[in-house]
Amino acid sequence: MRGLRRSFLFTPGNNPAMLLAGPIFGADALILDLEDAVAPGQKDAARILVAEALGKIPYGGVETVVRINPLSTPYGEDDLRAMLKAGPDTILLPKAEPRALAQASAMIQEAGAKTGILGLLETALGVETAFECGGIPVVTGLFFGAEDFTADIGARRSAEGLEILYARQRVVVAAAACAIDSIDTPFTGIDLGEDFFADLEVTKKLGFTGKACISPRHVEGINRALSPSAEEINYARRVLEADAEATRRGLGAVSLDGRMVDAPIVARARATLRRSGLDPGPASEPAPGPAWGQTPERASGPTPDREGERP
Amino acid sequence: MVLKERAQAGSLESSDCLVSVEPAGEGLGLQLSVRSIVMNQFGEAIREVARETLEAAGVRDALVDINDRGALDFVIRARLRTALERAGMKEPIP
Repeated sequence: MRGLRRSFLFTPGNNPAMLLAGPIFGADALILDLEDAVAPGQKDAARILVAEALGKIPYGGVETVVRINPLSTPYGEDDLRAMLKAGPDTILLPKAEPRALAQASAMIQEAGAKTGILGLLETALGVETAFECGGIPVVTGLFFGAEDFTADIGARRSAEGLEILYARQRVVVAAAACAIDSIDTPFTGIDLGEDFFADLEVTKKLGFTGKACISPRHVEGINRALSPSAEEINYARRVLEADAEATRRGLGAVSLDGRMVDAPIVARARATLRRSGLDPGPASEPAPGPAWGQTPERASGPTPDREGERP
Repeated sequence: MVLKERAQAGSLESSDCLVSVEPAGEGLGLQLSVRSIVMNQFGEAIREVARETLEAAGVRDALVDINDRGALDFVIRARLRTALERAGMKEPIP
């Protein structure tokens, strides 16, 4: 099932003990990896094991994501076909570019499956076509992969991450424009040191909705960082109350704590509640339009609630 | 279904099992050997999973060895399916 999408924990697909332990770490989503974590000679074994695991392990509210091999490899299509029978919530498609995403999307739709796709943008072309990728049917999010991306553009990875700043921003903006999730690249260390928290701070400030991790130790920090604080939740509720009152009274933008509350502020408040796992309720209906010749009091209606527009 | 060659799948890590399969002459039937760290508790259950998986694959004659390290049913089934496919079964096992 799909719920909150803050933390995505990678788990090797050919390791039964880790597949069993995966759901207990508190991650919102578990990525069962058939790609880099599996040796070439074990691709068949991992594919069968993950398919069996999906039918038997009680994942509860944890979203099941399977990273298949790229469709350009000898394993990719077999992986996807097998997973369409096994029924994970989501396929994470590596080396995602419009053509590969369209192919995967078509296979999923032809199978009548309810599986969504996260596009793993990790090539220069993938990043540059992020908006196009995000608009392909059944794509529910864009996932940035820094390691392959930097290799593709010939840059060297650094602690401060200057070489991936543009790509990160591009992915966030494209995903937001498509009204889907944006998932940041994992921190590649396993410690819980300053570097991890500094990287996580960048993830949050740039606007990513989620972040991947390779160590269970990172899950809690990610969940905390990408969840709105109690103060933010309270403010969001007050914004929605003020907006509802304004709508009832047929007013335009209303003031709260001395600041104007208009459509973008309302949309952000609704997103804050959703990221907290709370129901923001139905969007307020804009006040009836003014009669001919009257000046409209509200320049525009509320920004459409983006949740629900896409699968 | 007839196996064409000897094949193996899985590992001896905890929660896994190492499965070996080998062709047997027609009419010799299934010869199933199981070793397990939980033999007393689950030996018969492991045999049952193996028999069901072999039957579903249509394998009638084979030598099958399972060295279990505490694998759950789905792991045993996955490793046996993999070994059978590696042994030359053409069609994916349902």
